Amino acid sequence: MTGIISTDVLIVGAGPVGLFAVFELGLLDLKCHLIDILDKPGGQCAELYPEKPIYDIPGWPSISAQGLVDKLLEQIAPFKPEFTYNRMVSSLERLEDGGFRVVTDENEVFEAKVVVIAAGGGSFQPKRPPIPGIEAYEGKSVFYSVRRMEDFRGHDLVIVGGGDSALDWTLNLQPVAKSVTLVHRRPEFRAAPDSVNKMYAMQEMKELEFRVGQVTELKGADGQLSSATIKGGPDGDIEVPCTRMLPFFGLTMKLGPVAEWGLNLHENLIAVDTEKFQTSAPGIFAVGDINWYPGKLKLILSGFHEVALMAQAAKRIVSPGERIVFQYTTSSTSLQKKLGVSE
Amino acid sequence: MTKLTFIAHDGTHFDVDAENGSTVMENAIRNAVPGIEAECGGACACATCHVYVDEAWTAEVGEPEAMEEDMLDFAYDVQPNSRLSCQIKVRDALDGLVVRVPERQG
Repeated sequence: MTGIISTDVLIVGAGPVGLFAVFELGLLDLKCHLIDILDKPGGQCAELYPEKPIYDIPGWPSISAQGLVDKLLEQIAPFKPEFTYNRMVSSLERLEDGGFRVVTDENEVFEAKVVVIAAGGGSFQPKRPPIPGIEAYEGKSVFYSVRRMEDFRGHDLVIVGGGDSALDWTLNLQPVAKSVTLVHRRPEFRAAPDSVNKMYAMQEMKELEFRVGQVTELKGADGQLSSATIKGGPDGDIEVPCTRMLPFFGLTMKLGPVAEWGLNLHENLIAVDTEKFQTSAPGIFAVGDINWYPGKLKLILSGFHEVALMAQAAKRIVSPGERIVFQYTTSSTSLQKKLGVSE
Repeated sequence: MTKLTFIAHDGTHFDVDAENGSTVMENAIRNAVPGIEAECGGACACATCHVYVDEAWTAEVGEPEAMEEDMLDFAYDVQPNSRLSCQIKVRDALDGLVVRVPERQG
């Protein structure tokens, strides 16, 4: 088979703990490839609270979440990790040689000797808006992202939300769609003011419609929408034609397909031992917020400790029989060479 | 200590003693009030600590700031008395505050 990406260690999740795993594994000469559902490294730190200061990173009395991510990227750069973004891992199977084949939701295939799950609170997935029966239309006429603009050509499109995604797609799809109705629960927007002004200008020209309110009811059959009812606006309840809908309600975190991998779970977290942070499946490790063991604290610093111990166990799997010499970065010339700091 | 009452979606009352300066969300988590998730830990970044402030208290609690309003866009079934509990600081004037937990968070 061609196109298989091979690596020593496949890390699921590029948050702070996944990133630091690259460092500890790299010191032991293990090559890492990271997969993340977001379009950038940093996980929650980058997506949820980049500007918030963190006060319990040892040696940093205060550091912003994005600042920590940037420093970690700098720290692991010598090990040249590879990243695949915008992907969710979907399936995992064990190979005959004891390694793993992992396939993403876009059908990329990875083979790794060790898999490390560092997926934090789970994968970020679009939030489903509170509209009864919406599930029946998902993937057929309700979409949470735009893969191809052509899919919206000639449709009565309803876009829900007030952020950049909602406004950008309102503007971009307007020339393609038959009609566009933007629905937001209030007249203020989070989106860039420039896009909001453009939207209002297009509304003036009657090129699209903006309505304040919340979509409360959908009509259609066999997954195909025909209309949406908007409540709470100044005009009372209004039913608008709708054959495609794009709700943008932000992201939520779900454990996702990892839950189907047959690992022992403890209340939606992955149970591990505290020597190796290995799951119930040998060769699959779980570190950071996604794991559970007695006394577990969901702290970034706990995750850092976990990856150091995990790396030792991973090394024994990748290079069986090889003696692992315990070394300090302060004094070991061989570690310093790996870090690119030796003379 | 300031008294707060959380009413869970199933109607169960949780009466708690809250320290001034703490957030309403922190008191919900400390007292294991069901239905308050607080995924982001109080950074006003996730809208999973959404509550309805009892009508008698909306004036005293006040209006959400712009950043919180933005976040409320992501909450489930937003009403005029919706607030994110991580953004309400406990103070003497809120003694007796009643908040309701929505059916679900997001």
